[in-house]
Amino acid sequence: MLEFFASNYALNLLILICIYVILSVSLNLIIGYSGMLNLGHAAFFGIGAYASALLALAGYPYWICFIAAVFFAGLGGAMIAYPSLKLRGDYLAIATLGFGEIARAVMKNWVSLTRGPLGLPGIPKISFFGLTLTTKFQFFIFALIIAILVVLFVSKIVKSPFGRVLRAIREDEIAAQAIGKNIKKYKVIVVITGAACAGIAGSLFAHHITFIDPTTFTLMETILIVCMVVLGGVASIRGSVIGATILVLLPEPLRFLGLPTSMAAALRVMIYAALLILLMIYKPNGIFGEWRFRHAKSKEAL
Amino acid sequence: MLKVKKLYKHFGGVKAVDGCSFEVEKGAIVALIGPNGAGKTTVFNLITGFIEPDKGKVLLYNKDITGMAPYRISKEGVSRTFQIIRLFPKMTVLENMMLSMQNVYENFWLSMLPLKQKKLHEAKMVNDALELLKFVDLEGKKNALAGNLSYGQQKLLEMAKALASEPELLLLDEPASGVNPTMLKKITNLLKELKKKGKTILFVEHNMDFVMKIADKVVVMDGGEEIAEGPPKKIQKNKRVLDAYLGKVIKIKRRKKK
Ligand SMILES: Nc1ncnc2c1ncn2[C@@H]1O[C@H](COP(=O)(O)OP(=O)(O)O)[C@@H](O)[C@H]1O
Ligand SMILES: [Mg+2]
Repeated sequence: MLEFFASNYALNLLILICIYVILSVSLNLIIGYSGMLNLGHAAFFGIGAYASALLALAGYPYWICFIAAVFFAGLGGAMIAYPSLKLRGDYLAIATLGFGEIARAVMKNWVSLTRGPLGLPGIPKISFFGLTLTTKFQFFIFALIIAILVVLFVSKIVKSPFGRVLRAIREDEIAAQAIGKNIKKYKVIVVITGAACAGIAGSLFAHHITFIDPTTFTLMETILIVCMVVLGGVASIRGSVIGATILVLLPEPLRFLGLPTSMAAALRVMIYAALLILLMIYKPNGIFGEWRFRHAKSKEAL
Repeated sequence: MLKVKKLYKHFGGVKAVDGCSFEVEKGAIVALIGPNGAGKTTVFNLITGFIEPDKGKVLLYNKDITGMAPYRISKEGVSRTFQIIRLFPKMTVLENMMLSMQNVYENFWLSMLPLKQKKLHEAKMVNDALELLKFVDLEGKKNALAGNLSYGQQKLLEMAKALASEPELLLLDEPASGVNPTMLKKITNLLKELKKKGKTILFVEHNMDFVMKIADKVVVMDGGEEIAEGPPKKIQKNKRVLDAYLGKVIKIKRRKKK
């Protein structure tokens, strides 16, 4: 048993779980606490990955790569948050989806910077304060610590007075404005924070896989993260942790069936789809959710 | 303290507010009355910034607040309730109250820091909230979800919430509508109490008994403009007002518009 957990296979999975926990918790912050159905989360993930990888390949120390991943992903968040404040519902979903596609197009076509479809190979190992994470186990410990910190950070946001206002905004935007809450400011902060966290996941991912290309950061990836959030329950932090864990592990048994890669990939998507349908029928609020996702209302009659 | 000057707001062909002007003096309790569709709620929405007027001005202490964002108008000291109750139904009564209070720790960075003052401030807010809840007789419900209160209790909570921000001016849209006689008495007493405390209040109400008991001044609206203004006793006898309530004036006006 212990041997299994120490195997590279298991460690890879555990690291992926850490990365997806960060992604789903940060997306849940945006979906569950600002009411924005954000379909561009993979873009923030990708921006963080590219920022971190490019700086690392240029020889910068890891802590600078890490900060850059947070900063540029957060900047991406601001870029989508400000223009889309006026949008809601389906329009907002389409706008964020468009942002995700634009980000991916930039990764693919800005060849002089990103090498386009060729991707960025040979991303160096993480090292800081003279310590290099050489083994998978060390990397896992690092990813675990970061994931725990992100989860604690997001939980703290949600439980703080700031978070109380977020919950109020989610319940009734008009009533929140009537008691003096600048709801736009709150939403922008939430989206930037969520995006910045996704950037952290991107940095971990880039240095874990050591190769990134635009095909990782697609709409499919966003949908996978949305599934994790919905499975665990919108606006439930522990729900997102469980949701991410389940969906990372779920398709793993397929590996042992010895199917051709193309078929395995298709089967994976089918499993996700079937799971979502079952969920919608039997547990529409997710495992831990008290809330069903609904678009934030504000233009309804006063 | 509040001056509404020649406000206009048309929704397509509907002249919801059509040149409405009136004033609320500091410390006065003013009733805004008029038949359904007269534009009273729209005036409230114009004052509190939820709707921008086509023309006209809203002045608070001679400061132009026309078209300011609702949250800024709230910060200027205008607090309101809604004709259709708006609470945070899945949050507790206490949380509903605390949200209305001044709280610098709602700032993102401050709220993340482990500050001692933050805890003290939270405790003070809980204290103040309980005091106000006692005032509206809801302190026993502090941990109940707002959505689980009875209709009358929700009305009281909405009022307490509006008071919690310590407003200069309180706007109440039909505070006594749809409540049972016991609750009506409670709300009447509450407003009398607020009057004693010297609060400035503008309220919309159809219950004339209630209006007569509480208002210092009555402003009558019909067809989007004010048609009469004065002390309750005089308004009661005003011919135009009686006509408006009997429906003559409105019907004739509506026909003319078409
Ligand atoms: N958002 C809106 N869009 C279109 N018409 C509206 C809107 N709000 C109010 N109205 C119309 O304006 C008129 C005045 O409404 P309102 O201010 O609610 O009246 P009152 O509160 O005096 O009953 C009504 O005819 C109403 O249908
Ligand atoms: Mg009304």
